[in-house]
Amino acid sequence: MTAQASSHVDVVVAGGGNAALCAALAARARGATVAVLERAPQHMRGGNSRHTRNLRCAHDAPHAYVTGVYTEEEFLDDLLGVTGHATNHDLARLLVRESATVPDWMAAQGVRWQPPLAGTLALHRTNLFFLGGGKALLNTYYARAERLGVWIRYETAVTDLLLDGRRLEGVRLADGTVLRARAAVIATGGFEADLGWLAEYWGPAAHNFLVRGTPYNDGAMLRLLLRCGARCAGDPREFHGVAIDARAPKYDGGIVTRVDAIPFGIVVNRLGHRFYDEGEQLWPKRYAIWGKLIAQQPDQIAFVVLDARAIRRFIPPLFPPITAPSLVELAGQLEAQFGVDRQALVRTIEEFNRAAAHNTRIVPDVLDGACTRNLDPPKSNWALPVATPPFFAFPLRPGVTFTYMGVAVDAAARVLRQDGVPFHNLYAAGEIMAGNILTRGYLAGIGMTIGTVFGRIAGTHAAAHA
Amino acid sequence: MRDPDLAREATRQLTICNACRYCEGYCAVFPALELRQTFTGGDIAYLASLCHDCRACYYACMYAPPHPFAVNLPRTLAAVRTDTYRRHTWPAVLGQLHSRSTAAAVVAAGVALLVTLWAAWLAGERLFQVHTGPGAFYRVIPHWAMLVVGLGLGGYWMAVWAIAGVRFWRESTTGAMRVQARALGLAAWDVLRLRWLGGGDAGCPYPTERPSQSRRISHGLVFYGFLAAFASTTSAAIYQELLGRLPPYPVVSLPVLLGSAGGVAMIAGCLGLWQQKRHSDQAPAAAETLGSDYVFLIALGMTNVTGMLTLFLRQTPLMGVTLAVHLGTVAGLYVTAAHGKFIHAVYRVLALVRSRAEQRTGHLPLEVAPAARHHAGAIDPDGSVPPQ
Repeated sequence: MTAQASSHVDVVVAGGGNAALCAALAARARGATVAVLERAPQHMRGGNSRHTRNLRCAHDAPHAYVTGVYTEEEFLDDLLGVTGHATNHDLARLLVRESATVPDWMAAQGVRWQPPLAGTLALHRTNLFFLGGGKALLNTYYARAERLGVWIRYETAVTDLLLDGRRLEGVRLADGTVLRARAAVIATGGFEADLGWLAEYWGPAAHNFLVRGTPYNDGAMLRLLLRCGARCAGDPREFHGVAIDARAPKYDGGIVTRVDAIPFGIVVNRLGHRFYDEGEQLWPKRYAIWGKLIAQQPDQIAFVVLDARAIRRFIPPLFPPITAPSLVELAGQLEAQFGVDRQALVRTIEEFNRAAAHNTRIVPDVLDGACTRNLDPPKSNWALPVATPPFFAFPLRPGVTFTYMGVAVDAAARVLRQDGVPFHNLYAAGEIMAGNILTRGYLAGIGMTIGTVFGRIAGTHAAAHA
Repeated sequence: MRDPDLAREATRQLTICNACRYCEGYCAVFPALELRQTFTGGDIAYLASLCHDCRACYYACMYAPPHPFAVNLPRTLAAVRTDTYRRHTWPAVLGQLHSRSTAAAVVAAGVALLVTLWAAWLAGERLFQVHTGPGAFYRVIPHWAMLVVGLGLGGYWMAVWAIAGVRFWRESTTGAMRVQARALGLAAWDVLRLRWLGGGDAGCPYPTERPSQSRRISHGLVFYGFLAAFASTTSAAIYQELLGRLPPYPVVSLPVLLGSAGGVAMIAGCLGLWQQKRHSDQAPAAAETLGSDYVFLIALGMTNVTGMLTLFLRQTPLMGVTLAVHLGTVAGLYVTAAHGKFIHAVYRVLALVRSRAEQRTGHLPLEVAPAARHHAGAIDPDGSVPPQ
């Protein structure tokens, strides 16, 4: 029995990313008829999950696809650490506990993993990598959902929730039709693609941000839920953003626009001034702060400047660096293209080079203490003079990855009303409720863990209404 | 590369892939890519020949068309392969047969027809008689005539392959690299088990998106069938030159058993590859390579069909005709092998050797490394390995 072209289903899932598909598969496994309503066209399906690569999960022993041990306690500690304990502890513990069961469940859906390659990295202890990344994961989920008879509709936006008090009766679609449902799971992501909404908190600066992921995460469902009386969770002002190449497209540039050059060079703003310690910490611990740092600079733009010794130390980015045989010429190019103060930039670099002149070598993957002397702001590690031609620069802008504000939920993933009482049959999963747990900060792969764990919970509970 | 637009486009796409690296678990191409920051034409040719056209990366790519980044690596690398085959062809004028499949088919068919007619003319009135017993074949078509075709055209084929292989090996930036015995052994194992046609255990999204082992099976039939036929020819040469026994050989003999097993396997494999090609998703395919693929499948299939017919009809008056036609199709196959799709074998093997030789650890995707090294520092926080 499928829900094909019917005006009534047991479970309607709004959204088409990781959380939505996990909810749909979990509900279908319980025998419910399920409709997935994805706003995007088929080739753009999957929201920001398309751009992900791995998920974080607790495990007591190494196996073929993960190295070492990552206990539930350590996972929870990491989460408490990045959020400064500002988290819903019950949901956080539930997430961590359930994360241990996620890999087997995913494998049962047909998901394949990438083995840790030789010379691999720290993340392979805590995170499992999907073979081929997030889009491949979604392809697997969609193919399985289709095989199991889940009704999937693309370019289908939910515009209204039909509520009778605490009970949802159905949803209204953009074409005006009504789809009746016994329960609904809302898994439509954050609101980072609506820069106008971010501008309410960040002012006009927000319009200079670039959106790393899908243009479809405009938060329309989040607005709708809040309007229907859902309680807000997470800080509306907060977003996770990183430094990406300023030449990247406005939307959907994804992983390739990232620039990992900052620890090996110096970063200046349009006035030609440095504004933060580029060598403060190991890059994985600091890369997430640079989006906001650049958001606070004039015109929300900055430039990482490097010399020939530094250029090969990081993964080559998508766009070629701006290149010149001398610092003066590089500064001239940055002035011509971006209006950088040429003279101030040259002065800044000369000043930096004097403060770093005593350093002759660096050790890239440890805090090597090769710092500047008498410089404000300092560069605490890896401070080599920018002095070996040719010289390079990458223009940087804040790249918004995701927002934190969402709706409050209980342990069954039911959406809570303002008064703390849950809606009877309305569930939320994924980025739209991640702010209950990850209120701030960043843990690689936790968004996909939240989507998978709460997608499953929401789908399972929603199916019980059938 | 001959075509500057193709060189630019391949560089553009590979740069995107090298910044992303999500596909590094699929095949040997991405780990090889990650060892490089810039690409010479030779590097791109090498990466293209390492690509087995499984298309997993295409379906996994968030930048695939209609995304503005428009990444379609299988299609682009297929076009690069054709360009590479053309550039390294000796004699140069025949290089265009790689991209002009109709001309390639006409040349191969012409050679096949000429050799058939020449063999029939040599046979004269003996063509339609029944011949049995040792030396029966040579009473229809003289031994020296078969040697002219086998050693002459076969030698030409080998020369074309050898020249292409040397030119290809030299043009990559690491052309002067030393190949360790271990790398050679690993590469041989990769070749013998058709390592990268399997997509791990789950299969490859070929001919369509659903993972399947069908191409690995069909290609395996052709590959092992070819090896069996080669072994059959070798054993027949031993029988004849060392043991003094002339063909035809009994059904239960090494040459016939190996030859017929190889023949049946190759026919089945060619039919399978043909079917898959016909039904394959065209979005990640390069149109210009398809014709060349079909020409080779026809040439190989025909050679095996006529060989099997010769076996079945060898005691009838039709033996002479089928033998002449078989000799003709063999000649046509040799021309196709030198100037068609079959040459991918040279490039593929050399690319696999290079790939194993330049991986310091010898490990490649889908093979779990024993103890993964723990990196703490200058890594991409989203999980890629930095340049060393």
